[in-house]
This record gives sequence, C-alpha cells and structure tokens, in this order.
Amino acid sequence: MGGGPSRVPLMDLLTVTAQWLADPMNWQGPNGIPARLSEHVALSGASLLLASLVAIPLGLWIGHTGRFSWLVLSSANAWRALPSFAVIGLLVPFTTAIDPNLGFTLYPTLVAMIVLAGPPLLVNSYQGIAGVDRDLVEAARAMGMRERQILLGLEIPIALPVIATGIRSAAVQVVATATLGATFGFGGLGRYIVLGDANHDNGELFGGVVLVAALALATLALFLLVQRRLVSPGLSSRTAG
Amino acid sequence: MTTPATPTSRAAALEFRGVTKRYGSGEESTGAVNDLSFTVPAGTICVLVGPSGCGKTTSLKMVNRLIEPTGGQILLDGSDVMSEDVTALRRRIGYVIQQVGLFPHLTIGRNVAVVPALMGWTRERQQARTDELLSLVGLEPGRYRNRYPSQLSGGERQRVGVARALAADPPLMLMDEPFAAVDPIVRQRLQDEFLRLQRALAKTILFVTHDVDEAIKMGDLIAVMEEGGRLAQFGPPEEILAHPASDFVARFVGQDRGLKRLSLSTIADLRTEPLGRREGLPTFSPDTTLRDALSILLVADTRGGVALDEAGQPRGLVTVDAIASALADDRPRRAARA
Repeated sequence: MGGGPSRVPLMDLLTVTAQWLADPMNWQGPNGIPARLSEHVALSGASLLLASLVAIPLGLWIGHTGRFSWLVLSSANAWRALPSFAVIGLLVPFTTAIDPNLGFTLYPTLVAMIVLAGPPLLVNSYQGIAGVDRDLVEAARAMGMRERQILLGLEIPIALPVIATGIRSAAVQVVATATLGATFGFGGLGRYIVLGDANHDNGELFGGVVLVAALALATLALFLLVQRRLVSPGLSSRTAG
Repeated sequence: MTTPATPTSRAAALEFRGVTKRYGSGEESTGAVNDLSFTVPAGTICVLVGPSGCGKTTSLKMVNRLIEPTGGQILLDGSDVMSEDVTALRRRIGYVIQQVGLFPHLTIGRNVAVVPALMGWTRERQQARTDELLSLVGLEPGRYRNRYPSQLSGGERQRVGVARALAADPPLMLMDEPFAAVDPIVRQRLQDEFLRLQRALAKTILFVTHDVDEAIKMGDLIAVMEEGGRLAQFGPPEEILAHPASDFVARFVGQDRGLKRLSLSTIADLRTEPLGRREGLPTFSPDTTLRDALSILLVADTRGGVALDEAGQPRGLVTVDAIASALADDRPRRAARA
C-alpha cells in the first residue's frame, strides 16, 4: 500500500477532505459519488436480502421447533469470528476458477457479504423466537391457533425487536464488507479509499472514509426507524406502569 | 345489527372414562394419571384438587389435547375429543391459566377477540363482543379496550383472561389455577365475581387448584386426586367434608373440615328457635355463612343472634347449639347459589 497520511496535520486533512467532497467533479460520471454510492447500496441491499431469505426463515424455524438449536449457536459463534478480509481472500481462488473476470472483482466480495450477514440474522431470529414465553405459546395453541398462526401472529411480533437488531448488525456488517471489496476491484465507496491511497490523494481517501461512515450511520438510523414503526407499543417498556 | 354479538349460551357435559396417562415406564411419575373416571354434568363447576404432582393439570390438558392420553376416553357431550379436529375442538373450549398468557403485543380488545378473529367473525361483531365481555368482567371498555397488558394490574389481567376465554361462548371452560397469582384480597373478589358470572352463564367448568378452600368455594363437584394420579374421592363439597372416603382425603381437607362445612351453609338454611327478647343480640342477614355466624356468636358471648329474612324482618333465634346440630345433620343443605 502507498504512503500513509501519518505526517499530515489534522486541520489540513479536514480541509482537503472537505474540498474533495465539495468538488462538483466528484459528483458526476461513473466514478462520481452518486454512482459509487448507488453501487454500494445496491450490492449491500442485494446481499442483505439474499442472506435474509435464507438465514431468517431458518432461524425462525429452529426457534419455533427447537430442533438443531445447538448447531445454530456453535456454528454461528465460530462463524462470527471470521475476519471479512480473510473470507474474501479465501474465496478468490474458487470464484476465479468459475469466472476468471467477475470471479476476481464482484463475486468474492458478494459471497463474503452474504456469508458474513448470515450469523447475526440466524442467531437473532433463533434467539428471538426461542425467547418467547412457552406458557404464552401453549395458551395460543390451547385457543386453537395453528402452528403457522402462532409463528406469524405471536412469536414473530414478540421476537421482532431481537430480530430487528440482528438485521441491523447484518446491514452494517454488509456495508463495511462492501468497502473492503474495493481492494479486489469491487465497486462502491471503497474505491475512493483504494484509489486515494494509491494516488496519495488524502482528500479522496478520507472523503471515501467519511462517505462509508455516513452510509453505515444512515443504515443504522434507517433500520432503527423502521423497527420503531413495526414493533408493537405493548412490547416497549415505555408503556409499562 | 342483525347478528347478536352473543351467541345463545350453552354448556356441554364432560365425562372422563378410564383416562390414563403414563410417562415413560414409571406409572407413579409426576403428572401421570391412572384410570380416571367421573362425569361433570352440563353447567356445573368441577374442581380437580390435590397435592402437586397428582396429575390434575395433566388431566385438564388432556381435555383440549395439549397432552394426549395413553388410554381411556374423554367425552364432550358424548363424543370423544380425540375424534374431532384438534383446532376446532380447542376453539370451543375456553382456557384460563395462572400466568394469564395475554399476548403482550396486542391491545386488550384484540386479546379478547383472539378466538373470534380465528373464527372469522367480522370486525364489528368482534368489537361488539369484546366490549360486552369487558363490561361483564367489570372493566369499562372505553378505558381498557386500547390499552396493553403491561399497563394492567394482575387482577385486571386475570379478568381479561376470563373475558378472552369466554369470547366465543364456549360450552366448556378449563381453568388451571386461574386466581393463584394474585393476592388473597383480589383472589377472593375474583372468585366471588366469577361465581356470580357463572350463575348467569352456567358453563361447564373444569377447574384445577391445589387449595382446598378454593375447591370448596368454587366447586359444585370436587374430584380429590392423590399421588399416582388416582381419584381419591369424587362428590359435592359437603359430602367430601362430611364423609372423607379415606385417611388421605381426611388429611387433605384438613382438621377444620367441620368449620369448612359450615361455610357452605347460610343462615337461610338454618332451623331457628322462637325469638323471645331480642335486645342486644347480633343480627344475621340470610346470606351470612354459618361459619361467620358461629364466629360472631362466640365473640359476642350472647345466648344467640337474630336471623333476619330477605325483607330484613326477624325470623327467629340462632344459637351455637343450632349451628352445631346443623353439622350433625347427615346432609346439610348447600348454600343456595341461585
């Protein structure tokens, strides 16, 4: 990697970063901020969606039936310890063998994003459901609710705060991993960090950093807002007493 | 509205016929049930009472098939509960438990309407029924309908639990220690209110408790169960108190079973003596229990008290001896509930 910005005073760094962010040239074209941002968001969204489609139903099912719960906890915790960068690197030889072109740039990062989003989705879906009071579930059954109605009408609404926390961590994880992918030629906001580093352009490098951080925070805020709208006020401690 | 919110009330007869539940190989294991047979006529409260682990909750849960029996039959209005679709069966059996089991994410109104919603009632009918039931259990609909369970006291929640169980007007209700989680004062009030409700509703009720006093108070019939899931005695409370079938039953109902029997009869049931002078004597309304009357007479230390009739007019003299001889009667009359 190129020379670091270690000897640049902080004020200068802020100035060049602000200048880079303010430059209209950086807001247009295929390497412009809107284009890179939408790349980043689209790929993050797609991998979060794909991961959710697999991990959430699996977690819900394991939580509801109680089957294979040991598998979830042990594997997910090991999985969570995997460093993103290593996952991407490990995937490269396999994906290039399948597709020499996109196998280096797009796929390893995409696969890593999906794989790393899995554990928080799976574990939180499982724990959310498993944490629902069993007396409550039995009461629901005794009233003649079918298993599917118990899951959709009782267990998921009650588990929603826990599941939503999982989705939120997965989303932030995915946004962060997409940044790392730029090293391998993946698009997105990480490009600015890689290019800024290579070109010794601190404005571009830290502009990229600011954008990634802002996106991660925006993601967090968005999911918190959605969660607040979806979770029943009956479950919030504010209504107690 | 063309459809009334309340369907016509009805009750079902419940019969246990040789019902057995074994867990693993041990016949005596906790919660096992051994050859249980008894019949609960439609419209009466039958209390299953016994020490913990005697299989009373297991017996209750076999009725709505939360637990499947190993052998025997449970008949609801003559038809085997095992022959019916389990979901349909459960929707016509009300269920009240100690932990209440209200859904925390739903409002009180939606909680009460769970079964009607499952049965596909229209929104209007659900709401009308919900309001009707909340009023019935003493909760003003306008105040409670849109609140959440976490905003209610334990006693209020238990009332909602009863309202929810009644929502679809089930012919049978199962109640598992429904008033055990609230303090004694609230419990007594809930018991009294429930008995008053039951006078109007006349549901068939299977009620589980470990508390003998509650069993005597609530039950038209009592099934005393002992360890190993066997039926130790089955009959009306007076009979169980007057003639315990075994040492176990006598010990279980307690040394004070005589006093407990007195709480089943009231002044209205008692033969009185000619009144004579009444100055300074305590007076008893017709619904005073003999147990309370005895207690008052012992404290007052007078030759007796004045029994009043429904109109509040003196009817005759009540003495300690008269109360004692009521106990000696073979079958004292049951406190009138109607």
